[in-house]
This record gives sequence, C-alpha cells and structure tokens, in this order.
Amino acid sequence: MGCIELMEYEILLADSTYKEGREFIRRNIKTVYEVEPGYKLFDVYLIGISPIFIGVEDGYVIFPYIKPCHGTFIVKIKDGEEIGRLIKTKRVG
Amino acid sequence: MAGKKEEMKKALLLLGCPEVPVQTGIALYLASSLKNAGLAVFAAGTDTALDLLKISDPKGCYLDPEKLIPLDTCIEALAEKRMDFDFCSVFVHNDAGLSYLATIPSISNAKLLAIIFGKDPEVLAGQIGFTCEKLIARSVHNPNPLKRKIDDAIPEVERWAASN
Repeated sequence: MGCIELMEYEILLADSTYKEGREFIRRNIKTVYEVEPGYKLFDVYLIGISPIFIGVEDGYVIFPYIKPCHGTFIVKIKDGEEIGRLIKTKRVG
Repeated sequence: MAGKKEEMKKALLLLGCPEVPVQTGIALYLASSLKNAGLAVFAAGTDTALDLLKISDPKGCYLDPEKLIPLDTCIEALAEKRMDFDFCSVFVHNDAGLSYLATIPSISNAKLLAIIFGKDPEVLAGQIGFTCEKLIARSVHNPNPLKRKIDDAIPEVERWAASN
C-alpha cells in the first residue's frame, strides 16, 4: 500500500470483490462522494470501476484499495486534508 | 536508427496476479508478437509477475529488462500523465483484473485490449461495462486456447501499428 501502510488504518472489509466493496460503502457510510479511477487519495491513485465511491465519516475517509492478488479492501483512514478535496467532488449519498 | 526508434508505437502489457500459470508464457508470446509487429513493448506487474518474466526471458529477448515497470509506478506515471502508451493489453483473470482494466481508459489514451482467461473468463467478460476489444479463452494451464486467439488478433494489430 505504499505510504498508506505507514499510516494508521483500519480494514473494514477484506478480500472482497470490487462490487461488494462499493456496495459496502454505499450501504454503511452516510456521506459518499464519487470520483473517477486514477483519483489521487493520500499517496495512491485509486483503481476501480467508474464511479469509485469514497465515504466520509467523523473525519475518516473510507475507500476501496485493490490488490492484484487479494481483491478489494475497504480501508478507513483519518485525515482532514483529503476530505477537504473530496467535498469538492460529486456527492452521491 | 535513433529517429526510427523514437517513432515506434509503445505497447504496455499490464499483468495481473501471476497465480494463473499461463500468464507469464502468454505475456512473453504476446510481447514477441507485438515486437515483431514493430512496437516497443513494456510490461507492468507485481514484483513477482515481473520476476517470472525476467527468469523466463533471462537475456531479454522478448522483453527488455529496462522496460519492466512495477505496477504502482506505472499507474502513478499514467495518472500523472508522465507516461502513456499507444496500445495497452490488460491481463484479466480475477475481479482485481477487472478493476485495473476499467481504470486504464481514465488514465491513458491507449488502444485497449483485454485478455480474459482463467477458469471462468466468460463470467469476467460479462462484467465489463464498457466497450473494449477482448480476447476470451478458458485457459489456466494450457496456453494454446489463448495463443490461438492472440494469433488471430495480431494481424489486425500489425495493420494498426503500421498505420499513421
């Protein structure tokens, strides 16, 4: 995960499909924004099928992280700066 | 000669998890075919996927070791528009592969070819919600079904490579 591995993160869902991960964010997170694949979040460029859902909750960013051999992980990381950028994108929930 | 090389179209093979045995052999076969078609061929993948290529092609006959790019580095360079390719072939045999395939049109202008293989390639192909060229073959250990599809597709790639 690059720099993300050095941050304090929580995995909310592991080894899932991309579709399951997107549904997890849509169902469980109240505030959801959508971005296009390649959107930079922290130090990674998001991989996924458009649109990619990113949740925001209590100062945390919840997003899908794809690993080629392990599928989709939904990761939760605390950060204010990224939320500041996200609220300028399209809110869908 | 240097001028001619600069004009070569660039192809990227974006590899998936190397757990499916045919991937490495097919990647080298496709690299060879694209090289013969006049393209400069690069490959991106996990460290293990790239190590398999290096060990299978120790002299770099099919893939120049300098044209092997770690997957995250490649995605970053494409997203930041520091690099792009004319042709991109994405190897898809699992759900993550579908996500990588779907990402490419957002970060690259490359002509896209999905190589869909593994145990249930039709199921994977059915989940692709956008238009792209696809080679689909049930191929796990035996590379021949996929090789035949590549052989059928290469003449069109050669015509495209020779155009413009």
